[in-house]
Amino acid sequence: MASILTNLFDGVAYGMLLFVLACGLAVTLGLMNFVNLAHGAFAMAGGYICAVLVNNSGWPFFAALPLAFVASAAIGVALERTLYRHLYTRSHLDQVLFSIGLVFMSVAAVDYIMGSSRIFIKLPAALEGQLSLFGVGIGRYRLMIVVICGLLTLALQLILAKTRFGSRLRAAVDDPRAAIGLGINVPQVFAFTFAFGSGLAGLGGALSAEILGLDPYFPLKFMIYFLIVVTVGGSSSITGPFLASLLLGIADVAGKYYVPKMGPFVIYTVMIVILLWRPNGLFGRTAAR
Amino acid sequence: MTIALETRNLEKSFGGLRVTRDLSLRVARGARHALIGPNGAGKTTVINQLTGVLKPNSGRILLEGSDITDLAVHRRVLRGLSRTFQINQLYPELTPLETIGLAVSERMGHGGDWWRRMGTRDDVNAEVAGILSRFHLLDVMTELTSTLPYGKQRLLEIAVAIAARPRVLLLDEPAAGVPESERHDILAAVAALPRDVTVLLIEHDMDLVFSFADRISVLVNGGLLTEGAPDEVARDPQVKAVYLGEAAHA
Amino acid sequence: MTALSDVSTHAKAGARWRVSEVAFWVLTLACAFLFPSRYLIMTDIVRLALFALSLDLILGYAGVVSLGHAAFFGVGAYSAGLLALHGIINEPVIALVVAGLVAAVLGFLTSFLVIRGVDLTRLMVTLGIALLLEALAERFSNITGGTDGLQGIEMQPILGLFAFDMFGKTGLFYSLIVLFILFLLARRVVHSPFGLSLRAIRNNPLRAAAIGMPVNRRLIAIYTLAAFYAGIAGALFTQTTALASLDVFAFERSADLMLVLVIGGTGYLYGGLIGAVVFKMLQELFQSITPQYWLFWIGLVLVVIVLVGRERIHRWVLFVPNLVIRQFAGRKAVVAVPERDAP
Repeated sequence: MASILTNLFDGVAYGMLLFVLACGLAVTLGLMNFVNLAHGAFAMAGGYICAVLVNNSGWPFFAALPLAFVASAAIGVALERTLYRHLYTRSHLDQVLFSIGLVFMSVAAVDYIMGSSRIFIKLPAALEGQLSLFGVGIGRYRLMIVVICGLLTLALQLILAKTRFGSRLRAAVDDPRAAIGLGINVPQVFAFTFAFGSGLAGLGGALSAEILGLDPYFPLKFMIYFLIVVTVGGSSSITGPFLASLLLGIADVAGKYYVPKMGPFVIYTVMIVILLWRPNGLFGRTAAR
Repeated sequence: MTIALETRNLEKSFGGLRVTRDLSLRVARGARHALIGPNGAGKTTVINQLTGVLKPNSGRILLEGSDITDLAVHRRVLRGLSRTFQINQLYPELTPLETIGLAVSERMGHGGDWWRRMGTRDDVNAEVAGILSRFHLLDVMTELTSTLPYGKQRLLEIAVAIAARPRVLLLDEPAAGVPESERHDILAAVAALPRDVTVLLIEHDMDLVFSFADRISVLVNGGLLTEGAPDEVARDPQVKAVYLGEAAHA
Repeated sequence: MTALSDVSTHAKAGARWRVSEVAFWVLTLACAFLFPSRYLIMTDIVRLALFALSLDLILGYAGVVSLGHAAFFGVGAYSAGLLALHGIINEPVIALVVAGLVAAVLGFLTSFLVIRGVDLTRLMVTLGIALLLEALAERFSNITGGTDGLQGIEMQPILGLFAFDMFGKTGLFYSLIVLFILFLLARRVVHSPFGLSLRAIRNNPLRAAAIGMPVNRRLIAIYTLAAFYAGIAGALFTQTTALASLDVFAFERSADLMLVLVIGGTGYLYGGLIGAVVFKMLQELFQSITPQYWLFWIGLVLVVIVLVGRERIHRWVLFVPNLVIRQFAGRKAVVAVPERDAP
């Protein structure tokens, strides 16, 4: 019983991590209708930046996390302004080709600079080991992830629903032309959103080094996971991707623990079935193009 | 009177919005029937249900007495129900020759031939030549559709629908957006349709409706307001109110 | 009656052989004889060309995007490998066709998943199917040999007459003949009413259905045919290299394939063939500079191509061949200009 709960908790932590990693993609792909397969590259950038800061420059882990966010966001906004924005109106095929190209470049570049083996980030002692809650073993690191990611999710929900920026974003996505007519600076809103999503991915990347493993092939390995979160979750709100992330996290952890031989088989099958059953995602309402 | 096309208690809602309300229409064979109504009355939704693009929530659709409610779009076309679109739906990268050639091949059941080169069937070619010349498209038949002037594209739009040799033809605002100078060709093409082809015209332009239709149904808020001969409808105070109301809004 | 003869002349015009096409094939055959030391890489190009031709059938003609075309390549490769390894079918040509048919069956079954939905769903489903097969092949490593692949495949002589030699001469001519035959078939198909109807679907599926075209049935048919082609390409891979391992399913393979087609241009049959040549030449070039980081250069090429615009790239790629053809044939006609992407 206790091991089931421990697994469940691990699954939740994993799922929340996936959500933070993927929610930027939920916005660019789900709302802005841009197929960005290179989303994982931003996560990888955050992870490696955090690793270099902590391992080589001796920064404390908790100081390096925000910097992973900021640096990835900066890379995001730079690429958005120079490259991505030219592709918003292009066909999905062009977007796919372009972002695959970026993934390949990032994989080879990181391999060249950092080497091809998996890297670890030195964690503060306080995050190591387990603590026992009502007899259930809970990893300290995973608990931290649940807390951080939970808070981020709440903050995101509030930003989207309550702030002026949230309503501007929704207006810009619904009808860019009308939004421009209302005096909303649509390119700026998109750039900011893109940067924020990249930053979150970077933060997720830094957090995931311990759990998912970080190596140059990270963007390729987890691309399908991010896509699953978004397509299964739908794009009408961030609740959909959030629930999809949790489901995916729990299913993946449980699958690896209880039916290790099936590998990722179960998840791909479930994804295909869900996409056929509800092409716009489990929780989605908006019709995709 | 034989009924060519009929709807029985058609219902369609989007979310909570009823866009088609208990609609029962009967279009007689050979009729020149017009379906009119103010903006947002649900005319296009009706067409989309007739052609199978949308599924009604309830109610039936009958083509010459047989139920076609559950048939796929292309099956209805092969049964003789063809349409034009309000906004041209053509193949930008194909030529008029290819466009009409395909439509004729499909109708004759040769559209899936993969072993035979295009243009090797004389019966298809002859019919294509006939249609292209009837619609004044011979001179541009090898040009890409996307490069044709709008009036020619509009003619092609109607020519494709006719290439399916419909027994019932749905015309969705055929003259929309066509400059005055090119309108004549289109109206002539519509007028030249064989008498046994039933036409249901969806139109905004009242001059066109009254010069063309022998029967008019008025659609308001998704339901049938009234139906009758053109002069009856023109005199109907309810219809006047609806259209004056719209004019006042605009 | 002039209208009728005009119509039939013009309707047939698309399918007529052009001088440039004949020149292309003569040149290809000449290469096979002129560079005996390059058999292996030329075989590689021919296989890739066939694989790209397969993707062009669905992407360029029918407008169906796929991120997982390697699924069919892989199934073809493993089928051919297993048939030879266990001595089920020893004759390579029959085994080739059988492997292609196995891939076609898979294509037919998965086509029902792919034809539904929008671009995005298609991307996900095709990617998912390829990943699924890769996971399956890994799971059943007792059959597939896992990451090591199938060991000890020995190919029998083709038709019992032509043995595979260590220089790859038989392999090259075998592949070339297969490519040419399948090219002829594809050429016939795309110039038929069926082929034209695919382009119509890509241009405007709404109108295609509205002229009475069974859109789904057409897409299923072409998807199945494309899977057959990809399966043959995979089987050729196994037969000419005596190898089949997990990486036949790899995502990189599907992505490379996209690049090949993008370089050569979609929607005209020579795009995949020209793209395969250019791609392999690029690969040779970059691998001689930085063998390990070849991926970086592929990525860069993809990014640049998209940013510059695919249409413009096609014109550049076709510039030299067209110049040559013009010198020889002395006329304006050149390798066909590819079509735009439907918006």
